[in-house]
Amino acid sequence: MNDNAQDSENSLATMLRVERMPHIWCPGCGIGSVVTSFAEAIKRSKIDQDKLVVVSGIGCTGRVAGYVNFDSIHATHGRAIPVATGLKLANPDLKVVVFSGDGDLISIGGNHFIHAARRNMDLLVICVNNFTYGMTGGQVTPTTPTTANASTTPYGNYEYPFTLPLLADACGATYVARWTSLHSRNITQSIEEALQRRGFSFIEVITPCTTLYLRRNRLGDGVDALQYYQNNSELQHGLDTRATEIGFQGKIAVGKFVDREKPTYLDAVNQCNVKFIGDDYQLYGKTEPEKKVEEEKKPGVAVA
Amino acid sequence: MNIVAADPKGVDAGPHFMDGDHAIAEGALAAGCRFFAGYPITPSTETAERFAERAPEVGAMFIQMEDEIASIAALIGGAWGGQKVMTVTSGPGFSLMMENIGLAAMTETPMVVANVQRGGPSTGLPTLTAQQDMMQARFGSHGDYNIIAMSPDSPQECFDLTIEAFNLAEIYRTPVFIMTDETVGHMHEKVVIPSADKIKVVERNLYKGPKENFRPYGFDSKGGHPMTRAGDGYRFHITGLTHNERGYPVMTPEQNQIVLTHLIEKIDSNADTIIRLEEDQIEGAEVIVVSYGITSRIAVRAIQDARQKGLKVGSLRLITVWPFCERRIRELSNKVKAIVVVEINYGQMVREVERSAAGRCKVVSVNHCGGAVHDPNVILKAITEACR
Repeated sequence: MNDNAQDSENSLATMLRVERMPHIWCPGCGIGSVVTSFAEAIKRSKIDQDKLVVVSGIGCTGRVAGYVNFDSIHATHGRAIPVATGLKLANPDLKVVVFSGDGDLISIGGNHFIHAARRNMDLLVICVNNFTYGMTGGQVTPTTPTTANASTTPYGNYEYPFTLPLLADACGATYVARWTSLHSRNITQSIEEALQRRGFSFIEVITPCTTLYLRRNRLGDGVDALQYYQNNSELQHGLDTRATEIGFQGKIAVGKFVDREKPTYLDAVNQCNVKFIGDDYQLYGKTEPEKKVEEEKKPGVAVA
Repeated sequence: MNIVAADPKGVDAGPHFMDGDHAIAEGALAAGCRFFAGYPITPSTETAERFAERAPEVGAMFIQMEDEIASIAALIGGAWGGQKVMTVTSGPGFSLMMENIGLAAMTETPMVVANVQRGGPSTGLPTLTAQQDMMQARFGSHGDYNIIAMSPDSPQECFDLTIEAFNLAEIYRTPVFIMTDETVGHMHEKVVIPSADKIKVVERNLYKGPKENFRPYGFDSKGGHPMTRAGDGYRFHITGLTHNERGYPVMTPEQNQIVLTHLIEKIDSNADTIIRLEEDQIEGAEVIVVSYGITSRIAVRAIQDARQKGLKVGSLRLITVWPFCERRIRELSNKVKAIVVVEINYGQMVREVERSAAGRCKVVSVNHCGGAVHDPNVILKAITEACR
């Protein structure tokens, strides 16, 4: 893939499997916006696109893996994170990104989410949170705000939702940010930044599900949703994640809440084994100096 | 098929005194497995423990995942990340793995899963032996697919068959199961690990052609289609959805037919190559005892006693359980009075024997609940009655 001398639209197209278009997402859906921001971030980050893998689970967001022109796995419902963990540990040179919806990532996949964060597995997890199960027809999820209407809470949601930045933070994630699908440039910037980080990075993007969540709750169309985001998003970098709760049609705290350094899972494996096994131990995965030597060997212009 | 000698780093050559669980871990390392994701469960945990201990010196990765679902999902990632992968479990964990075993079958992902069987159902008899998961191994995930399964009857065979399981997984791009049991898993015996140059290992068939011609699948009903790994630049896509050769979803009855025929036939059409049986005194036998795993060690005693009484008894031990040796049973059913099937369950593989014999001879099930091996006298009684 040659970045030079191509306009931005063309470059982004090379990151999509255009032969698979049109995509399945509804008009006004926010998933496509997040994918565009993602592609833009990849373009800007100059990372080796051959080493980038996208993994997703099941659901509307689960289909992202099928549309991006990278090595990609469309896994089972909730299991994107453990599949991504396997990829990363099998080949630590890979940059592994998980694209997942709120139901996929936090309900059925919740156990994997908390453990990958706890281990500080070197993954970037992007959660497209539209407060509902879109693919199956608008059921309640663990992030649906209390009182919101869903097809399985037809009289309003009586459960307490998860606040995802707080959950990620509490479990040990080293990078946590939240945006809405209105904030395309901020999403791009966050993804770009997170791709440079090592460790468990988590970016939540609040998006509209026009067909189900908005319609069931009489919240208008996609434009109305963006209007709501514009009027109610509050940029608060560094905000204590305990204050990031979202009530029904309430204020949405956005920004980068957590950015800290901590040894990754692989760092910890290597540190522990060096300590107990000593010089006989061969570090798992390429070491930073080894990578540098390889970088230097590469020709000036990256050609796919 | 690229067959090479084993990497000496993973081969702890020499005579050992070890149990079946440990022998599985050693077999995996000898076969070139460098990725293990697992979750503790009796009576299989010793395999994970041994792999964890050996991993740093071999340059392998061991990770204890949060559950069995995560373990098997990690294997799918690990395999497409370029490694030979394995996990080990027992009944309850095997049940949890089923959904992603289907994904592995659908995406034609090579992997080895050892099931050290214990008595079920449910929590059942965690520390006691059984062979109750034989049908689950073949049909446990939803939808139609195919797999390969083998059943070792000793720690030595745990080592040998684990290597073979890895080789078959590579050749046919499929999950392969080691269906052992608590008794073999915890039985200590002599295990001789040959030197690395004596161990034949099938290397992954990685696609090396031009990018535009790359296809992650080839639906030829034969198997052996080259694979790729993340990071090699081929930009593969795999999904559990019904897909075409590019890996893209095509959700039609016609495509489902193409995919299913391939998944089932790539193993069934090679059944004669895959299947390994151990036969003893089949010629002229009036009754044949079919057994597998630990049960065959008990059946030997009953067969010896029966022969001493002058009965003409042959033995057929299933080393490969799936695909089932349908053709051999059909041949034998024309020649013998009866086939006696001995297994520690309420009659699982006996159904396959009955189906293959199709009424041409009597089929006797010597079934037995989990928790203990058979009393050889019970098998002897069944043989004696079958000879009448």
